Amino acid sequence: MLTRQERAPIVPEEESNTKWRIVVNEDWCKGCGFCYTFCPREVLEKSDKFNTKGYYPPVATNIDRCVGCGLCEALCPDFAIHVEENEEHSKRGGK
Amino acid sequence: MTVTTRSSSDYRHPILEYIRQDRLPHIFCSACGIGTVLQAFANALRSLNFDMDRLVVISGIGCTGRASGYFESDSYHTTHGRAIAFATGVKVANPNLKPVVISGDGDLFAIGGNHFIHAARRNVDMLVLCVNNFNYGMTGGQMGPTTPDSAITVTSPDGNIEHPFNLVSVAAASGAVFVARWTALHARRLTKSLEKALQKKGFKFIEVVSPCPTLYDRYNRHGSGLDVMKRYREISVIRNFTDPMKAEIDYRTRIVCGEFVDTEKPEFTDLLASQAAELQKR
Repeated sequence: MLTRQERAPIVPEEESNTKWRIVVNEDWCKGCGFCYTFCPREVLEKSDKFNTKGYYPPVATNIDRCVGCGLCEALCPDFAIHVEENEEHSKRGGK
Repeated sequence: MTVTTRSSSDYRHPILEYIRQDRLPHIFCSACGIGTVLQAFANALRSLNFDMDRLVVISGIGCTGRASGYFESDSYHTTHGRAIAFATGVKVANPNLKPVVISGDGDLFAIGGNHFIHAARRNVDMLVLCVNNFNYGMTGGQMGPTTPDSAITVTSPDGNIEHPFNLVSVAAASGAVFVARWTALHARRLTKSLEKALQKKGFKFIEVVSPCPTLYDRYNRHGSGLDVMKRYREISVIRNFTDPMKAEIDYRTRIVCGEFVDTEKPEFTDLLASQAAELQKR
Protein backbone atom coordinates (compact mmCIF):
# COMPACT_ATOMS: atom_id res chain seq x y z
CA MET A 1 0.00 0.00 0.00
CA LEU A 2 1.23 3.43 -0.89
CA THR A 3 1.98 5.86 1.89
CA ARG A 4 0.73 9.39 1.75
CA GLN A 5 4.15 10.70 0.82
CA GLU A 6 4.43 8.40 -2.16
CA ARG A 7 1.03 9.45 -3.44
CA ALA A 8 1.98 13.11 -3.47
CA PRO A 9 1.16 14.66 -6.85
CA ILE A 10 3.98 15.15 -9.30
CA VAL A 11 4.48 18.86 -9.77
CA PRO A 12 6.28 19.52 -13.04
CA GLU A 13 9.43 21.54 -12.65
CA GLU A 14 8.82 25.09 -13.75
CA GLU A 15 10.44 25.62 -17.12
CA SER A 16 12.28 28.86 -17.38
CA ASN A 17 11.89 30.74 -20.63
CA THR A 18 13.98 33.80 -20.01
CA LYS A 19 15.87 35.50 -22.82
CA TRP A 20 19.26 35.19 -21.14
CA ARG A 21 20.99 32.31 -19.49
CA ILE A 22 23.92 32.71 -17.11
CA VAL A 23 26.49 29.95 -17.25
CA VAL A 24 28.79 29.54 -14.25
CA ASN A 25 31.80 27.26 -14.14
CA GLU A 26 31.92 26.45 -10.45
CA ASP A 27 35.27 24.69 -10.69
CA TRP A 28 37.05 27.87 -11.80
CA CYS A 29 35.24 30.36 -9.53
CA LYS A 30 37.41 31.87 -6.79
CA GLY A 31 34.55 33.60 -5.01
CA CYS A 32 35.79 37.19 -5.41
CA GLY A 33 32.20 38.47 -5.50
CA PHE A 34 32.65 40.97 -8.35
CA CYS A 35 29.76 39.54 -10.38
CA TYR A 36 27.03 39.70 -7.76
CA THR A 37 28.26 42.98 -6.24
CA PHE A 38 28.47 44.97 -9.47
CA CYS A 39 25.49 43.44 -11.34
CA PRO A 40 23.39 46.52 -12.17
CA ARG A 41 20.12 44.54 -12.14
CA GLU A 42 20.77 42.50 -8.98
CA VAL A 43 20.34 39.25 -10.85
CA LEU A 44 23.08 37.34 -9.09
CA GLU A 45 23.53 36.34 -5.48
CA LYS A 46 26.14 34.51 -3.48
CA SER A 47 25.39 30.79 -3.35
CA ASP A 48 24.95 28.94 -0.02
CA LYS A 49 26.90 25.99 -1.36
CA PHE A 50 30.66 26.08 -1.77
CA ASN A 51 32.65 24.57 -4.61
CA THR A 52 35.49 22.05 -4.43
CA LYS A 53 37.98 24.76 -3.43
CA GLY A 54 35.75 26.15 -0.67
CA TYR A 55 34.68 29.33 -2.48
CA TYR A 56 31.08 30.45 -2.83
CA PRO A 57 30.14 30.84 -6.53
CA PRO A 58 27.28 33.07 -7.74
CA VAL A 59 23.69 31.95 -8.40
CA ALA A 60 21.22 33.72 -10.69
CA THR A 61 18.26 34.04 -8.37
CA ASN A 62 16.53 36.81 -10.34
CA ILE A 63 17.22 35.70 -13.91
CA ASP A 64 13.99 37.38 -15.08
CA ARG A 65 15.59 40.75 -14.42
CA CYS A 66 18.69 40.02 -16.55
CA VAL A 67 19.09 42.24 -19.62
CA GLY A 68 22.22 40.49 -20.90
CA CYS A 69 24.59 43.42 -20.39
CA GLY A 70 27.46 41.01 -19.69
CA LEU A 71 29.11 43.06 -16.96
CA CYS A 72 29.52 39.94 -14.80
CA GLU A 73 31.33 38.32 -17.72
CA ALA A 74 33.57 41.36 -18.30
CA LEU A 75 34.55 41.70 -14.64
CA CYS A 76 35.11 38.04 -13.80
CA PRO A 77 38.88 37.56 -13.33
CA ASP A 78 38.61 33.77 -13.64
CA PHE A 79 36.60 33.41 -16.90
CA ALA A 80 34.10 31.49 -14.77
CA ILE A 81 30.82 33.19 -15.79
CA HIS A 82 29.27 34.18 -19.07
CA VAL A 83 25.91 35.20 -20.45
CA GLU A 84 24.30 33.26 -23.29
CA GLU A 85 21.18 33.87 -25.28
CA ASN A 86 18.55 31.24 -24.60
CA GLU A 87 17.69 29.62 -27.97
CA GLU A 88 14.50 28.11 -26.56
CA HIS A 89 13.24 31.59 -25.78
CA SER A 90 13.45 32.89 -29.35
CA LYS A 91 12.10 29.59 -30.75
CA ARG A 92 8.96 29.94 -28.72
CA GLY A 93 8.58 33.54 -29.80
CA GLY A 94 9.27 35.07 -26.44
CA LYS A 95 9.65 38.77 -26.08
CA MET B 1 16.95 26.13 -12.77
CA THR B 2 18.29 29.06 -14.69
CA VAL B 3 21.96 28.88 -13.87
CA THR B 4 23.58 26.14 -15.87
CA THR B 5 26.66 24.82 -14.17
CA ARG B 6 28.88 22.74 -16.32
CA SER B 7 32.11 20.94 -15.66
CA SER B 8 35.27 22.42 -17.19
CA SER B 9 35.33 19.95 -20.07
CA ASP B 10 32.22 21.26 -21.84
CA TYR B 11 32.32 24.85 -20.64
CA ARG B 12 32.29 27.27 -23.60
CA HIS B 13 33.23 30.77 -22.58
CA PRO B 14 33.29 33.06 -25.68
CA ILE B 15 36.92 34.18 -25.16
CA LEU B 16 38.37 30.74 -24.58
CA GLU B 17 39.64 30.50 -28.16
CA TYR B 18 42.15 33.24 -27.27
CA ILE B 19 43.15 31.69 -23.94
CA ARG B 20 45.05 28.46 -23.29
CA GLN B 21 42.28 26.57 -21.62
CA ASP B 22 44.58 23.82 -20.39
CA ARG B 23 46.37 26.41 -18.21
CA LEU B 24 43.17 27.39 -16.38
CA PRO B 25 42.31 28.11 -13.60
CA HIS B 26 45.13 30.65 -13.50
CA ILE B 27 47.51 31.35 -10.60
CA PHE B 28 46.20 34.79 -9.63
CA CYS B 29 44.69 35.28 -6.17
CA SER B 30 40.97 35.59 -5.59
CA ALA B 31 39.84 39.19 -6.35
CA CYS B 32 43.12 40.10 -8.09
CA GLY B 33 42.55 42.45 -11.03
CA ILE B 34 45.01 40.80 -13.43
CA GLY B 35 42.42 38.23 -14.53
CA THR B 36 40.01 41.03 -15.44
CA VAL B 37 42.75 42.68 -17.50
CA LEU B 38 43.43 39.41 -19.37
CA GLN B 39 39.70 39.11 -19.99
CA ALA B 40 39.53 42.69 -21.32
CA PHE B 41 42.48 42.07 -23.63
CA ALA B 42 40.98 38.83 -24.94
CA ASN B 43 37.67 40.64 -25.49
CA ALA B 44 39.44 43.35 -27.47
CA LEU B 45 41.11 40.67 -29.63
CA ARG B 46 37.75 39.01 -30.17
CA SER B 47 35.88 42.16 -31.16
CA LEU B 48 38.66 43.13 -33.63
CA ASN B 49 38.84 39.53 -34.88
CA PHE B 50 42.58 39.93 -34.47
CA ASP B 51 44.96 37.78 -36.49
CA MET B 52 46.56 35.63 -33.78
CA ASP B 53 49.45 34.68 -36.09
CA ARG B 54 50.61 38.30 -35.97
CA LEU B 55 50.24 38.73 -32.22
CA VAL B 56 53.20 38.28 -29.86
CA VAL B 57 52.46 38.58 -26.14
CA ILE B 58 55.58 39.43 -24.17
CA SER B 59 55.88 39.79 -20.42
CA GLY B 60 58.56 40.18 -17.80
CA ILE B 61 58.73 38.80 -14.29
CA GLY B 62 56.13 39.10 -11.57
CA CYS B 63 52.48 38.28 -11.07
CA THR B 64 51.49 40.07 -14.29
CA GLY B 65 54.55 38.50 -15.93
CA ARG B 66 52.64 35.23 -15.97
CA ALA B 67 50.13 36.73 -18.42
CA SER B 68 52.03 35.71 -21.56
CA GLY B 69 51.56 32.04 -20.70
CA TYR B 70 47.78 32.26 -20.90
CA PHE B 71 47.31 33.49 -24.49
CA GLU B 72 46.84 31.25 -27.48
CA SER B 73 49.51 33.12 -29.45
CA ASP B 74 53.27 33.29 -29.73
CA SER B 75 54.60 34.50 -26.41
CA TYR B 76 57.78 35.32 -24.56
CA HIS B 77 58.25 35.16 -20.81
CA THR B 78 61.40 37.25 -20.62
CA THR B 79 64.04 38.18 -18.06
CA HIS B 80 63.26 40.75 -15.40
CA GLY B 81 62.57 44.21 -16.82
CA ARG B 82 63.53 43.28 -20.38
CA ALA B 83 60.08 42.71 -21.85
CA ILE B 84 60.21 45.96 -23.85
CA ALA B 85 63.73 45.17 -25.11
CA PHE B 86 62.46 41.81 -26.40
CA ALA B 87 59.41 43.50 -27.94
CA THR B 88 61.65 46.01 -29.75
CA GLY B 89 63.67 43.09 -31.12
CA VAL B 90 60.52 41.30 -32.28
CA LYS B 91 59.24 44.41 -34.05
CA VAL B 92 62.54 45.29 -35.74
CA ALA B 93 63.19 41.72 -36.88
CA ASN B 94 59.70 41.28 -38.34
CA PRO B 95 57.75 44.54 -38.71
CA ASN B 96 54.57 42.59 -39.60
CA LEU B 97 54.22 41.34 -36.04
CA LYS B 98 52.28 43.14 -33.34
CA PRO B 99 54.13 42.91 -30.02
CA VAL B 100 52.05 43.44 -26.88
CA VAL B 101 53.85 43.79 -23.56
CA ILE B 102 51.75 42.86 -20.51
CA SER B 103 53.69 43.39 -17.33
CA GLY B 104 53.62 44.90 -13.87
CA ASP B 105 54.71 48.24 -12.51
CA GLY B 106 57.87 46.91 -10.86
CA ASP B 107 59.02 45.10 -13.98
CA LEU B 108 58.32 47.97 -16.38
CA PHE B 109 59.29 51.00 -14.30
CA ALA B 110 61.88 49.87 -11.74
CA ILE B 111 64.02 47.22 -13.40
CA GLY B 112 62.93 48.09 -16.94
CA GLY B 113 62.55 51.85 -16.50
CA ASN B 114 65.16 52.83 -19.07
CA HIS B 115 63.85 50.40 -21.67
CA PHE B 116 60.43 51.95 -21.23
CA ILE B 117 61.43 55.58 -21.69
CA HIS B 118 63.66 54.85 -24.67
CA ALA B 119 61.16 52.64 -26.47
CA ALA B 120 58.63 55.46 -25.99
CA ARG B 121 61.15 58.02 -27.22
CA ARG B 122 61.90 55.97 -30.36
CA ASN B 123 58.18 55.33 -30.86
CA VAL B 124 58.58 51.61 -31.52
CA ASP B 125 55.24 50.09 -32.53
CA MET B 126 54.07 48.12 -29.47
CA LEU B 127 51.30 48.12 -26.91
CA VAL B 128 52.42 48.24 -23.30
CA LEU B 129 49.75 47.18 -20.82
CA CYS B 130 50.92 47.83 -17.26
CA VAL B 131 48.98 46.37 -14.35
CA ASN B 132 49.75 48.65 -11.41
CA ASN B 133 49.25 47.11 -7.97
CA PHE B 134 51.64 49.51 -6.16
CA ASN B 135 54.09 46.87 -4.94
CA TYR B 136 56.11 43.78 -5.89
CA GLY B 137 53.40 41.15 -5.47
CA MET B 138 55.11 37.92 -6.37
CA THR B 139 58.14 38.36 -4.09
CA GLY B 140 56.08 39.17 -1.00
CA GLY B 141 54.94 42.79 -1.21
CA GLN B 142 58.05 44.99 -1.23
CA MET B 143 57.84 48.70 -2.04
CA GLY B 144 58.47 49.76 -5.61
CA PRO B 145 58.54 52.87 -7.78
CA THR B 146 54.76 53.29 -7.69
CA THR B 147 54.19 52.74 -3.95
CA PRO B 148 52.35 55.88 -2.75
CA ASP B 149 53.56 58.19 0.02
CA SER B 150 53.31 56.72 3.54
CA ALA B 151 52.00 53.36 2.27
CA ILE B 152 52.98 50.32 4.31
CA THR B 153 54.77 47.43 2.63
CA VAL B 154 57.16 44.71 3.81
CA THR B 155 60.18 46.93 3.16
CA SER B 156 58.54 50.15 4.37
CA PRO B 157 56.86 49.03 7.62
CA ASP B 158 56.69 52.59 9.00
CA GLY B 159 55.37 54.13 5.81
CA ASN B 160 56.99 54.84 2.45
CA ILE B 161 59.05 58.06 2.35
CA GLU B 162 59.79 57.97 -1.40
CA HIS B 163 57.79 59.85 -4.01
CA PRO B 164 56.05 57.57 -6.50
CA PHE B 165 56.05 57.72 -10.30
CA ASN B 166 52.91 58.89 -12.03
CA LEU B 167 53.05 56.32 -14.82
CA VAL B 168 50.84 58.09 -17.36
CA SER B 169 52.88 61.26 -16.91
CA VAL B 170 56.15 59.35 -17.43
CA ALA B 171 54.74 57.75 -20.60
CA ALA B 172 53.41 61.01 -22.02
CA ALA B 173 56.65 62.89 -21.26
CA SER B 174 58.70 60.13 -22.89
CA GLY B 175 56.73 60.46 -26.12
CA ALA B 176 54.07 57.73 -26.19
CA VAL B 177 51.40 58.33 -28.84
CA PHE B 178 48.55 56.81 -26.84
CA VAL B 179 48.29 57.01 -23.05
CA ALA B 180 45.36 55.86 -20.93
CA ARG B 181 44.63 54.86 -17.37
CA TRP B 182 41.76 52.71 -16.10
CA THR B 183 41.08 50.69 -13.00
CA ALA B 184 40.20 46.99 -13.04
CA LEU B 185 36.60 48.06 -12.48
CA HIS B 186 36.45 49.87 -15.85
CA ALA B 187 36.59 46.58 -17.79
CA ARG B 188 34.41 47.86 -20.67
CA ARG B 189 36.23 51.14 -21.14
CA LEU B 190 39.55 49.33 -20.90
CA THR B 191 38.43 46.98 -23.69
CA LYS B 192 37.50 49.98 -25.87
CA SER B 193 40.88 51.61 -25.21
CA LEU B 194 42.66 48.36 -26.02
CA GLU B 195 40.73 48.08 -29.30
CA LYS B 196 41.75 51.62 -30.19
CA ALA B 197 45.37 51.03 -29.20
CA LEU B 198 45.65 47.73 -31.11
CA GLN B 199 44.63 49.51 -34.33
CA LYS B 200 47.04 52.39 -33.80
CA LYS B 201 50.68 52.53 -34.85
CA GLY B 202 53.41 53.63 -32.44
CA PHE B 203 54.17 53.25 -28.75
CA LYS B 204 50.91 52.87 -26.82
CA PHE B 205 50.72 52.76 -23.04
CA ILE B 206 47.74 51.74 -20.89
CA GLU B 207 47.96 51.63 -17.10
CA VAL B 208 45.42 49.54 -15.19
CA VAL B 209 45.10 50.13 -11.45
CA SER B 210 44.44 46.77 -9.83
CA PRO B 211 43.74 45.52 -6.31
CA CYS B 212 46.37 43.37 -4.57
CA PRO B 213 44.23 41.85 -1.81
CA THR B 214 46.86 39.43 -0.58
CA LEU B 215 49.68 41.92 0.05
CA TYR B 216 49.42 45.65 -0.59
CA ASP B 217 45.77 46.12 0.32
CA ARG B 218 46.08 43.83 3.34
CA TYR B 219 49.09 45.68 4.80
CA ASN B 220 47.34 49.01 4.26
CA ARG B 221 44.03 47.82 5.75
CA HIS B 222 42.03 48.43 2.59
CA GLY B 223 39.90 45.35 3.15
CA SER B 224 39.22 42.58 0.65
CA GLY B 225 39.69 42.91 -3.10
CA LEU B 226 35.96 43.49 -3.38
CA ASP B 227 36.18 46.43 -0.94
CA VAL B 228 38.99 47.91 -3.02
CA MET B 229 36.88 47.62 -6.17
CA LYS B 230 33.98 49.34 -4.39
CA ARG B 231 36.39 52.10 -3.35
CA TYR B 232 37.47 52.48 -7.00
CA ARG B 233 33.83 52.96 -7.92
CA GLU B 234 33.57 55.79 -5.36
CA ILE B 235 36.79 57.66 -6.08
CA SER B 236 37.53 57.19 -9.78
CA VAL B 237 36.67 60.06 -12.08
CA ILE B 238 36.94 60.05 -15.88
CA ARG B 239 38.70 63.05 -17.39
CA ASN B 240 39.62 62.33 -20.99
CA PHE B 241 42.46 64.41 -22.47
CA THR B 242 43.36 66.05 -19.20
CA ASP B 243 47.03 66.90 -18.62
CA PRO B 244 48.71 63.60 -17.56
CA MET B 245 50.84 65.58 -15.07
CA LYS B 246 47.64 66.47 -13.25
CA ALA B 247 46.12 62.99 -13.46
CA GLU B 248 46.42 62.21 -9.79
CA ILE B 249 46.29 58.72 -8.40
CA ASP B 250 45.53 58.67 -4.69
CA TYR B 251 43.54 55.98 -2.91
CA ARG B 252 42.47 58.46 -0.22
CA THR B 253 41.04 61.14 -2.51
CA ARG B 254 40.62 60.22 -6.17
CA ILE B 255 41.96 58.34 -9.15
CA VAL B 256 41.74 60.20 -12.45
CA CYS B 257 41.03 57.77 -15.30
CA GLY B 258 40.65 58.25 -19.02
CA GLU B 259 42.54 58.50 -22.29
CA PHE B 260 45.04 61.30 -21.87
CA VAL B 261 47.10 61.31 -25.08
CA ASP B 262 46.15 60.28 -28.62
CA THR B 263 48.53 61.69 -31.25
CA GLU B 264 50.37 60.60 -34.39
CA LYS B 265 54.14 60.38 -34.82
CA PRO B 266 56.43 58.63 -37.35
CA GLU B 267 57.08 55.08 -36.22
CA PHE B 268 60.58 53.65 -35.64
CA THR B 269 60.52 50.59 -37.95
CA ASP B 270 58.93 52.63 -40.77
CA LEU B 271 61.72 55.20 -40.52
CA LEU B 272 64.29 52.41 -40.36
CA ALA B 273 62.90 50.75 -43.50
CA SER B 274 62.73 54.01 -45.47
CA GLN B 275 66.29 54.92 -44.48
CA ALA B 276 67.51 51.46 -45.47
CA ALA B 277 65.78 51.78 -48.86
CA GLU B 278 67.35 55.19 -49.43
CA LEU B 279 70.82 53.94 -48.55
CA GLN B 280 70.47 51.01 -50.95
CA LYS B 281 69.76 53.41 -53.83
CA ARG B 282 73.11 55.16 -53.33
